[in-house]
Amino acid sequence: MNKLQRSSLYQLSIMRFRLTLREPEAIFWVFVFPILLTVGLGIAFRNRPADVLQVGATTSQLTRALAADEGLTATTMDEPSGTHALATGSILLLAIQQPDGVVYKYDDSNPDARTARLLANRAIQTAAGRRDAIHAENQQIHEPGARYIDFVVPGLLGMNLMGSAIWGIGFSIVEARQKKLLKRMVASPMPRWQFLASYLISRLAMLILEVAAFLGFARLMFAVPFRGSLWQLALLCVLASLAFSALGLLVSSRARTMEAASGLMNLVMLPMWILSGVFFSASRFPAVIQPIVRALPLTAAIDALRGNMLQGMNLGQMIAPIAILLAWVAVPFAVSLRIFRWR
Amino acid sequence: MLHAESRTQGNSPALSLCGVRKAFADVIAVNGLDLEMARAECFGLLGPNGAGKTTTIEICEGLTAPDEGQVELLGLNWRNGAGELRQRIGVQLQETQFPEKLTVEEVLRLFRSFFRRGIPVEESIQSAQLEEKRGARVGTLSGGQRQRLAMACALVGDPELLFLDEPTTGLDPQARRHLWDLVDRLKQAGRTIILTTHYMEEAERLCDRVAIMDHGRILALGTPQQLIASIGGEHIVEFAITGHESGVGVADVARLYAIPGVQSHRSDAGLHQLSVRELHTVVPRIFAELDRQGLHMSEFRTHSATLEDVFVGLTGRNLRDE
Repeated sequence: MNKLQRSSLYQLSIMRFRLTLREPEAIFWVFVFPILLTVGLGIAFRNRPADVLQVGATTSQLTRALAADEGLTATTMDEPSGTHALATGSILLLAIQQPDGVVYKYDDSNPDARTARLLANRAIQTAAGRRDAIHAENQQIHEPGARYIDFVVPGLLGMNLMGSAIWGIGFSIVEARQKKLLKRMVASPMPRWQFLASYLISRLAMLILEVAAFLGFARLMFAVPFRGSLWQLALLCVLASLAFSALGLLVSSRARTMEAASGLMNLVMLPMWILSGVFFSASRFPAVIQPIVRALPLTAAIDALRGNMLQGMNLGQMIAPIAILLAWVAVPFAVSLRIFRWR
Repeated sequence: MLHAESRTQGNSPALSLCGVRKAFADVIAVNGLDLEMARAECFGLLGPNGAGKTTTIEICEGLTAPDEGQVELLGLNWRNGAGELRQRIGVQLQETQFPEKLTVEEVLRLFRSFFRRGIPVEESIQSAQLEEKRGARVGTLSGGQRQRLAMACALVGDPELLFLDEPTTGLDPQARRHLWDLVDRLKQAGRTIILTTHYMEEAERLCDRVAIMDHGRILALGTPQQLIASIGGEHIVEFAITGHESGVGVADVARLYAIPGVQSHRSDAGLHQLSVRELHTVVPRIFAELDRQGLHMSEFRTHSATLEDVFVGLTGRNLRDE
């Protein structure tokens, strides 16, 4: 054995790393799940031509007028079958010819039906000879960096960093406590700080694989942009992961059973899943709770990741989220060292 | 400097406890314990479950702090010599489950890395006879193999003092004998061993000296031979009385006790136990006496006295009773 292999910190870290890799479920949650989620969201929010809306009309004249709009497809049907088609959702709007004009039948609480109402009226008025008062043209946004997938990838990355750190560390510490392995460890001359540090080290080693796999996939499949410096992005991932690892240590520092631990973990993570802006911007929440939302480590992590990836900001421009993350590293780690239950 | 110090400590006892007490909530687990163990001794704490054995051994191991009393190991104590002590003792806990997905060799490499000096991992695998299981994951090991792995982890730092907490509990008889052979070899190598057990045959077989514990106290202390001799006879005669020629039979205990050669008598649910010195002279006298009282016997057996009999004599209960 060489000197490195004889070091207890190395042995502890390599043990953690091995145990993670030998756990098939962990591999799924860490590597496969975020990729599946990205694929799903990528498909759901892919850029496609705006939906063509289905409408009906009671005369073939109206149908022709409606079909002239590229946003609509129209079918001729009598009023009873049109009403039935509305009820079953196969059309959004029925245009009924009246002696004195046209009546639109639609559900005005449905946004698509309201759009259909606007388009149908425009088509019928245009067919009757109305002309636009002002000339207008459209310019559509499809370039990378402004799509929903670009927005959601840094969010998913932050969420994944949180989940793998808190679950990965929390469950294995509580399991070790439950199986009396912690007690056996402190009965040996092992330095206690090394035991906790080994979790952080193996977490960082996993992080390299996990972040590279996820971001590589997002880059290849969706051409998600990396506008900031890559090493700063790496640094932000390390910082976020350390903050969540410290939180994972804190959550598991006293719990004796898996049930207690998983309850605590959900208690810690659930507010962040909702509030921290993984799927939509956190600024949508009311101003009253914004200070709380901003102080959450996941909000800070996602803000920083989006700043780097989407806006190309450097670390100096992100002092606030970085300071919040640093506080989330220091405080939970210090507290858990004090209250950790070794037996 | 350190060398000179350890030489002067060479004469101190391997372990000494003085006035040790420990209570958990409303239960007094250890109630004023004084003990001293010499080096190269194999010392056994024998007692039923809940007697305070594990608490005692964990106080010695520095895992539990006593409420009162002094603990000294190898001339050091846990307050200011903990780091040094951890390097010099080996510990096997009652129920440690090593990570199931690590191999035997990986677990031992890990534990070896904690000690400044010790034996090569290879040697510890051999001494625990786990050569064939070197690459096997802990999850695939049998109960006996897991216990031997735990023992190997305790030995990998080449400890001066070895603690074994119920090393054979839950093992089948063959695995138990296998582990006893392992402890025998350690004894022959001159290691100081402290073990707890509730198997009296284990204490008799392995220990140079035994302390019998119950309710947090030491009831008796000595070599197994001394303890057995303390009940006054090497043989135990047991019999039950079913009836009398004229109805229910009750033996006249005073007259049984008066038989020459009977050292002690106790009866429990109609079963009489006499400890006697010489079976061949005393047994005919017992028969004659029961005959004289007109009593019928239903059972009759004798066995050599064991530590179990010592425990029964001291507490009126069996070791395995709860």
